[in-house]
Amino acid sequence: MADIALEGISKKFGPNTALRGVDIDIKDGEFFVLLGQTGAGKTTTLRVIAGLEKPDTGRVMIEGQDATNWNAAERDVALVLQQYSLYPRLTVRGNLEFPLKSKTQNFTPEEINERVERAAETLQITRLLDRKVERLSGGEMQRVSIGRAIVRNPRVFLMDEPLSALDANLRDVLRVELKKLHHDLGATFVFVTHDQVEAMSMGDKIGVMNKGKLVQVGTPDEIYSKPLNTFVARSVGTPPMNLLDGKLEGDVAVIEAGGHRLPVNEPTAKDGQAVCFGIRPEDVVIAPDAPAKGRVFDVENHGVIKILTIEAGGEHIHATVSAQMKIGIDDPVNFGWKPEKVLFFDPQTGLNLGLS
Amino acid sequence: MASDVMTKLDPKSKAAAKGFSDLTIRNLFIIPTIVFLIVFNIFPLLYSLGYSFTDFRASTNNPAKFVGLQNYRDLLSDPFIWKNFSITAKYVLISVTGQVVVGFGLAMLLNRTLPLKGLITTLLLLPMMLSMAVVGLFWKLLYDPNFGIINYFLGLGKFEWLADPDVALWAIAIVDIWMWAPFVMLLSLAGLSAVPKHLYEAAEIDRAGSLYTFFRITLPMVAPILMIAIIFRTMEAFKTFDLAYVLSSQPTTELIAIRLYKMAFQEWQTGMSSAFAYIVLIMVVAITNIYVKYLNKVKAR
Repeated sequence: MADIALEGISKKFGPNTALRGVDIDIKDGEFFVLLGQTGAGKTTTLRVIAGLEKPDTGRVMIEGQDATNWNAAERDVALVLQQYSLYPRLTVRGNLEFPLKSKTQNFTPEEINERVERAAETLQITRLLDRKVERLSGGEMQRVSIGRAIVRNPRVFLMDEPLSALDANLRDVLRVELKKLHHDLGATFVFVTHDQVEAMSMGDKIGVMNKGKLVQVGTPDEIYSKPLNTFVARSVGTPPMNLLDGKLEGDVAVIEAGGHRLPVNEPTAKDGQAVCFGIRPEDVVIAPDAPAKGRVFDVENHGVIKILTIEAGGEHIHATVSAQMKIGIDDPVNFGWKPEKVLFFDPQTGLNLGLS
Repeated sequence: MASDVMTKLDPKSKAAAKGFSDLTIRNLFIIPTIVFLIVFNIFPLLYSLGYSFTDFRASTNNPAKFVGLQNYRDLLSDPFIWKNFSITAKYVLISVTGQVVVGFGLAMLLNRTLPLKGLITTLLLLPMMLSMAVVGLFWKLLYDPNFGIINYFLGLGKFEWLADPDVALWAIAIVDIWMWAPFVMLLSLAGLSAVPKHLYEAAEIDRAGSLYTFFRITLPMVAPILMIAIIFRTMEAFKTFDLAYVLSSQPTTELIAIRLYKMAFQEWQTGMSSAFAYIVLIMVVAITNIYVKYLNKVKAR
């Protein structure tokens, strides 16, 4: 169990810069999620923590010690990868024993057996122990892969999109199990994903990455309701936050597209300033007396809710409404927003004006 | 063997006939091949089977006399023939082991990032492209006790590699290793590069030592393709003729193929040598079959 700190990590692969001065502080026992698109540098960050990549600049601190020059074995971390990386031609038991059996470890056969049995029980793979790994399903393989990590009792668990290769149902099941595992073990987890649902539902803390930089770190709540900029705002929540360019006139937002005038509370921008207004789809209100007019462009029925795409003045605005609402494509619609939920972003820099 | 495979192909398969009718394919490719096989392989094979039961000598005009299994009986009870077999076995063992060790070692070296890797690989593959007889001739020069470069570099003075009855077989095996280790290297390299990199990373994370990683990950993953390399090299080494014939004429280097050649074309014992050839054929087929069974088991694991 350990806390990890990255200090000013930069890493280049040839001409491509993967990481630009990343600072992260991960507390002992935290479930830390790195969220970002492909190529944002999440995996590189994880590999730097694991000791599989050496940073060009910066330091990796584990338990307050400078671990930058330690190799992967010395760091005592466990890594679970998307492609499982099970050792071929071995049984499940062989795979679970592998990290315990190497010469550098001094485990008695009884200890090994006990740890393997315990890990198998935790992950409910006891009945698979003597099966060859080639004969496992994807979900079982990933369980074995996680099992191989927990037999070691490592300081830190690193997971690189472990659920991405699984089908949706299994992903939900394992998500809950991983969360429970984290709770039971009390260990530090660093979890890389591009899936914002995973990030929001699992993380104690989320670090949003973009183009090799850590954009914002915070609890899922903070990331969702107080995004630092438009990038973070749009990287969590489905459908993503609506961003509408316009101008602030006193207590009224004037939307550029369509010229709708909508009220706002406690604006954090200056009067007359050009602002990019951010509003989450669930905070868009559909009502007959609402101030803005539009037309329904698309309706997606998700059972619990319906997601409307409203066309207003050439802009598409998403809104989530109750599934009971009777509405069809091309229906005219009146909409507004909850004035207290509006966020104000700088149209040039994308920064949240309410936070600076 | 090959003809079996050919006849099992579906003659009506459309994929094979892009632009050609099935009939044209048959007439252009399959019939000539079959005719060729029958004339040059099947017919001599069966004909020599007939000879192996006679005392026929191709150098005389005497008609062949049927002697039943006499040739086989004589051969299998001849201690000199068994000597040839044990020499061959020793040669195969030394040569193939050497090739696997050297070839696999080279492949391990080349599997990491090296400057000029492509050039080095190409250069290493060159010996394989040479003719056996040519290789034999110039290694004879290299081994020469008077002006050979090998003794010069190793400081061995007038050591006689090919005339020393104990060393000659090793000397021939060294040449074979030099020539064919690249072949093993090439196949091993294909196997090694197919081992996913993330497995090595997982092992590193799991704090496995490099030897442990080699025996638990690398070797099992490369084993099937390495086995194929071994089977090819074993069969080739078993029938080595030209290299050994050119390099040395010691009795301790008289491999089966050389003995067979002498029996057939110097002593003109055509019937006897046909029987000998059949004994060798049966042995090779048996060894190969055992080996292939084992290979399939490894693959199934």
